Parts: sequence; C-alpha cells; structure tokens
Amino acid sequence: MLAKRIIPCLDIKEGTVVKGIHFENIKDVGDPVELSRRYEEEGADELVFLDITASYEKRETMVTVAEKVAETIFMPFTVGGGISTPEHVSKLLKAGADKVSINTAAVLNPNLVSQLADKFGSQCVVVAIDVKKTWDRITRHSYWEVFINGGRTPTGKDALSWANQVEKLGAGEILLTSMDTDGTQSGYDISLTRKIAERVTIPVIASGGAGKLEHLLSVLREGQADAALVASIFHYKQFTILEAKNFLKKRGIPVRTED
Amino acid sequence: MIAIVDYGIGNLHSVSKALEKLGQEVCVTSTGADIEKSHAVILPGVGSFGDAVDQMEKNGLIDPLRSFALEKKPILGICLGLQLLFEKSQESPRKKGLALIDGEVRKLPPTNKIPHMGWNRIYFRKNTPLTTNISQGRFFYFAHSYYVVPETDTDTIGICNYNVVIPVVVNHENLWGVQFHPEKSSTWGMKFLENWVGIIPK
Repeated sequence: MLAKRIIPCLDIKEGTVVKGIHFENIKDVGDPVELSRRYEEEGADELVFLDITASYEKRETMVTVAEKVAETIFMPFTVGGGISTPEHVSKLLKAGADKVSINTAAVLNPNLVSQLADKFGSQCVVVAIDVKKTWDRITRHSYWEVFINGGRTPTGKDALSWANQVEKLGAGEILLTSMDTDGTQSGYDISLTRKIAERVTIPVIASGGAGKLEHLLSVLREGQADAALVASIFHYKQFTILEAKNFLKKRGIPVRTED
Repeated sequence: MIAIVDYGIGNLHSVSKALEKLGQEVCVTSTGADIEKSHAVILPGVGSFGDAVDQMEKNGLIDPLRSFALEKKPILGICLGLQLLFEKSQESPRKKGLALIDGEVRKLPPTNKIPHMGWNRIYFRKNTPLTTNISQGRFFYFAHSYYVVPETDTDTIGICNYNVVIPVVVNHENLWGVQFHPEKSSTWGMKFLENWVGIIPK
C-alpha cells in the first residue's frame, strides 16, 4: 500500500531556509543542504524547496541549491518559485530536482502545464494552488479564491474548478496551500483539502497550518490528502519526523518507517 | 565505466551522483561511441516514452544500445528507462522502443490515483544478486503513470501492489529494469544500486 507522505517544506530566500508567518515576517532557520541531510536521516519522504521571492522579483533561481542538495541526499525533491519556462524546468531537473512546482505561471498561462507534462511527463509537474476564503460581493457567498505572486495577487478564480482544470491539463500533483491557515499552527484547512481531494484523481499535498501531530492525522484522514507539507514544527524541532510518523502509524495511517 | 544515457530531458544528476558515491566512474552521454566503450549502461528515468525515443533516434543511439544488449553487457533501466527496454507503450503508440524484452507498457488502471507517486513496498518473487541484503517489503520511491507487463512471467522478479500488481523489478538475462527510482529511494535504493554495480564484469 502506498504510504502517506510527510514532506518538510523549505522556503528559500537568497539561498537560505526561512519560514514566513502569513507569508511575511521572515525568520532565518538555516542552510538548505544541512536541513535536507537532517530530514533525510529523520525519514522525510520528500522535500519541497520554494523560492518565496522568485515570482515577485521575476528571478530564475534555485538551480545551484538543487545541485547541492542532489549531491547530498538521495530522496525525491521538488523545486518551486518563479518557474515559467520549459528551459528553466529542464535546468532544474538536470540539476537533480525530481519535480517542479508552478503556480503564478500556470494561472497566467495554463498551456504551460500541458507543455511541461508532454515534455517531461506529468509525474514531475506539480501545480501549487494558494487559496484564501473570499467573500464575493456580487453572489453574496464566500468561495475559495486562487491567489498568485506569493499570495499577493487575487485572481478571482475559484480554487475548486482550477484544481479540475490543472488535472485536465496534465498536472501530476496539486500542492494546496490554505493562506488562511498557513503559518498559524492552528491546523490545516480540512474542508478545503477534502473538497479538492475528492474532485481530482491526482495526489493532493496539503499545506498550511500544521502545529500539532493531530493536525497531520486529520488532514491525511478527514482531509483525504495524500501527503502533508510541514515546515515550522520540524524546523524548530517541536517534533521529529519519526515522532510524527510513529504517531500516525499508531492511528492506522500507512506511513514509511524502517520496520 | 558506466554510461548514463542522456535523452536531453530529466534528472541525470542524481543517478550519476549516486553511482559516484558507490565509487563508480560514470559518463553522462548521448553518443554511441561512449556506449560502446562502457562496461554497463543506465537508461535513466524522466520524460515521456515518445520524447525519449525521438531523442535516442536523433542521436543514433538505438543501434548502439541494441548491440550493447546483444553482447550481453549489463543494462539497467530506471522507470521510463525500464519501459524503453520494451517495444511499445500506450503512452506513445506510434513510437518503437528498444524492443529488447517481450511485453508491453500500459497505462495504470484508473482505480487508484495516477501518477503512482510516493513510497510503496516491494516484494521479490525470487532471490537474485540484485536483491541481496534487501528484505521483503522495503519501501522504494515511485513516480509513474505507465507500467510494464513482460510477456514471460519469469522476467518479473519483483512486484508492488497498487490495486493492480505492478512488475517493478524485471530481469531478462543481462537486462535489468526497475520501475522505482533507486537513486531516490534513500538507504535501500543505494543498496540496490550497489548490488547492480556488483554484477558488472570488470
């Protein structure tokens, strides 16, 4: 049986791992290569590196980070942030990344998703969707709105239909971040995650809000996520990945452990 | 020397770093001449079947790879590389693969999430030099939407369950293929590669 994945997320700014609270107030937590090594030893299933400023500053970054990481650890990792061309994707994959995550570029140019899937295969195309609950003044209903540019720009797009669309375009995975819960450590947005996971047949990685091990359990069980993205609670050593996995295993969630 | 075939796409860095870590001399190449000079070849694993075939044709690699295989030298196909050892794939029905192992490449049935993405347990049907010191049920990393179905059942030596039983370790004489990514499967993946390196005649 396929194991549910626990994925530490390393937000990178200028080559250093940082973690934003509500995408602002950034603190320095360390060197990406060093942290990757620690997470591999602890039993992380995958790593995600997000260049949190790339999209805004329109930089092409992370190739060097990917190379160094790939020389050090032998586990899968995804790189995201400011990726908008097949050439850039090719460079990152050649540097050792297994997947790329695209967000803003996918919204601005949905064809990019199918272009990347055709060229590199769906398995390396992750579409990241940043979502915030928004009140629509016209319909007088709230909906889950897609945001781009690192959460700075609302798009008016409905996250649920966008999820279906990216699947049709050939995305291999969805990285779903709730901006409402991200950085709060108050738990994942379970209902958002579940709604999306029920709508698509590709894996969904839930992100935003992990503060306790119970949060991982509920997003993998009630939220039906295939993987949980985690940052703060591992970066600041509140729990180790092994502790998290043992907790989940005892409660019947299939996870990868060495026994 | 081990030649890692470059189809112009995908992650070659990880597999070459993994082999270097095992003390091997590697050469990432897209020329037939380098392949002829090598002791063993790796067909790595990212991209689509059709694109990889196009690239191999463009660089004139099909014949050198086929002769390399027919000389009974070891080849290891990883993920897509395993699929390329077969003649045809549902992914790109008009393209012809290396056709070195009988069988076909099929799309995973839609009873589960596709791609089959993440860590799954693998089980061996028999012991081979490549399975030495790897116990049953270890986790390996997968990321694929298509899977191979060898025509000869005994070519399948390792399987994993994903609602459908997927042949994930295939062996036909000097040809080996794995559907998972050993270079991304941490400790056990490295052990597997080490075992394969062990069968390369010096």
